[in-house]
Amino acid sequence: MIVDLVIIAAKALLVLLMVLNLAGLLGWIERKGSALIQDRIGANRASIFGFAGLGLVNTLIADPIKFLTKEDFIPSRGDRLLHTLAPCLALFPPLVTFAVIPFGDVLILGERVIPLQVANLNVGILYIFALASLSVYGIAIGAWASNNKFSLLGGVRGSAQMISYEIALGLSVMGILMIYGTLDLQEIARAQGELIWGWLPAWGIFFQPIAFLLFFTAAMAETKRIPFDLPEGESELVAGYHVEYSGGKFLMFFAGEFAEIVIVAALTATLFFGGWQVPFLMRDGFHLPWGGTLPLPHLGVVLLQVGAFLFKVVFFSWLQILLRWTLPRFRYDQVMRLGWKMLLPVALANVVVTAIIIVMTSSSTGP
Amino acid sequence: MTAPRMLFFILATLAIASSLAVIAQRSVVRSAMALVATLFLIAVLFLALEAPMVAFLQILVYAGAIMVLFLFVIMLLHPGASEGRRPLWWGLGSLTALLLALELITFISRSSPPTVQQRSTAGGSFGSPEMLARSLFTDFVLPFEVASVLLLVALIGVVVLAKREVH
Amino acid sequence: MAPLHDYLFLSAIIFAIGVTGVIIRRNLIVILMSIELMLNAVNLTLIAFSRSLGAIEGQVIVVFVMTVAAAEAVVGLAIIISIFRHRQTLDPQEMQMLKW
Repeated sequence: MIVDLVIIAAKALLVLLMVLNLAGLLGWIERKGSALIQDRIGANRASIFGFAGLGLVNTLIADPIKFLTKEDFIPSRGDRLLHTLAPCLALFPPLVTFAVIPFGDVLILGERVIPLQVANLNVGILYIFALASLSVYGIAIGAWASNNKFSLLGGVRGSAQMISYEIALGLSVMGILMIYGTLDLQEIARAQGELIWGWLPAWGIFFQPIAFLLFFTAAMAETKRIPFDLPEGESELVAGYHVEYSGGKFLMFFAGEFAEIVIVAALTATLFFGGWQVPFLMRDGFHLPWGGTLPLPHLGVVLLQVGAFLFKVVFFSWLQILLRWTLPRFRYDQVMRLGWKMLLPVALANVVVTAIIIVMTSSSTGP
Repeated sequence: MTAPRMLFFILATLAIASSLAVIAQRSVVRSAMALVATLFLIAVLFLALEAPMVAFLQILVYAGAIMVLFLFVIMLLHPGASEGRRPLWWGLGSLTALLLALELITFISRSSPPTVQQRSTAGGSFGSPEMLARSLFTDFVLPFEVASVLLLVALIGVVVLAKREVH
Repeated sequence: MAPLHDYLFLSAIIFAIGVTGVIIRRNLIVILMSIELMLNAVNLTLIAFSRSLGAIEGQVIVVFVMTVAAAEAVVGLAIIISIFRHRQTLDPQEMQMLKW
């Protein structure tokens, strides 16, 4: 009993550290990557003993120190409690969402089988959507508590955008749910280890390519990344809903945004790209489709699976950062029109077509 | 006092505290946030009662959509000065509610726990999506269809009610 | 978990708190929120009985209660918006024109 609790606590700590470290690293990748894309050098002034490390020292050491030592002010007629609560509300959902994302199959130590997922919920995807809908509060309360018209405007826009794209987000995953027949993320990841036609791994992207595009677009709009970042519009609304936040609270909003990037990447990888699955890798080694096998020790398999998961997460995070610095920003009415008039009908049609195909290709035995 | 029961008491105390915050706060926005906290705590209690699907539906629908709507309306209407406090009114009202609570508690403590019926295990564990869906789409299919019509009616009604008149 | 009676007591208390909110507050939005509190207390009762009796119907009914609560909250808020546009106040004491 105690050992079980310790194992779960260790997994939770591991996942939390992984997310926060990835979020920090992404901050650096964003800065340096954007500099490379825009053909400039980027931040390189802070250095330790002359070692500037491609801007690593600046982003990962100097910036957090600056943020944490800044004065923390609360606007004069703003609500003190809510002003302090808002960044916590913004940071909480992304960190907690990672509890249901599987980062490996199982780890067998002696006779103990440890599933590499912090909490095995049989309604995993519903949990993720529930927390995504909670993330609206950070924006709305942050905007309200600042007692500032620009802040309120940015916050209302942001909340409206987020609740509009939640629908498209949920519907685009519906096809995946119908194909794999379960809400449990570990089951979905495991089911993607099958091979269709003997050689193609049954990844979600091959079954639902349109749903992948819908999901990725809706997720980027949900996390308010450019091209959907008018609520924070740096050139229009002066940083929108977090204009009155500085120091540690702004760092929390910032960290929340990067944690959301990691979440979106992890979800895309798990639902559409096999999660921790390496093609043709089973629990005891590689089983190649043309007949050969390559046995591997258990620890090697686990490391390969976790490594594959991390690689996919980093890849999709990098893809989001690339999209951010390449595309111009949508106007707000264009954002709303895209969400309601284009993504929603396409998602609904995707669900209907998927349902028809499933019914047509399944055998005619009753339930 | 086993560990689950202690956990229940902690959650129950927090839920009661946040419900009191809903009705007792001056600022309407703070009341709304206290209600969100109450809904979240009740969802956690649902989880403890073997209803994971309903628990997350509660967070998704109630705490994540309905309360956001409340917040929007509060921010839109920007309610001005808070209402005056009238001690007699508050005293009598609280007394009435206290009497109601006492009556309910007396009634509950006198009743005997119901006999446990046989649990059907068709379709996964209790409270799982499979079991819920099986019951929803066989026994409750008519209310299900009526509920969708109800939502459509509510949607149309709200759009008509809240539209600004175009002169 | 905890025995059934504990959940029923909690539900009764939250219901009574909701009733208090409806009676003593003079702000339409807070009254609507207290009604939501009452609905949630009822949901808790239904789920507690559903678990204790082993019947899944309780949870299905709760789904319907949530649906109806959503529809009702939405329409209530639309009415409140219309009233506010007309009278610039959210105090129910000011809206007594239909009393005899």
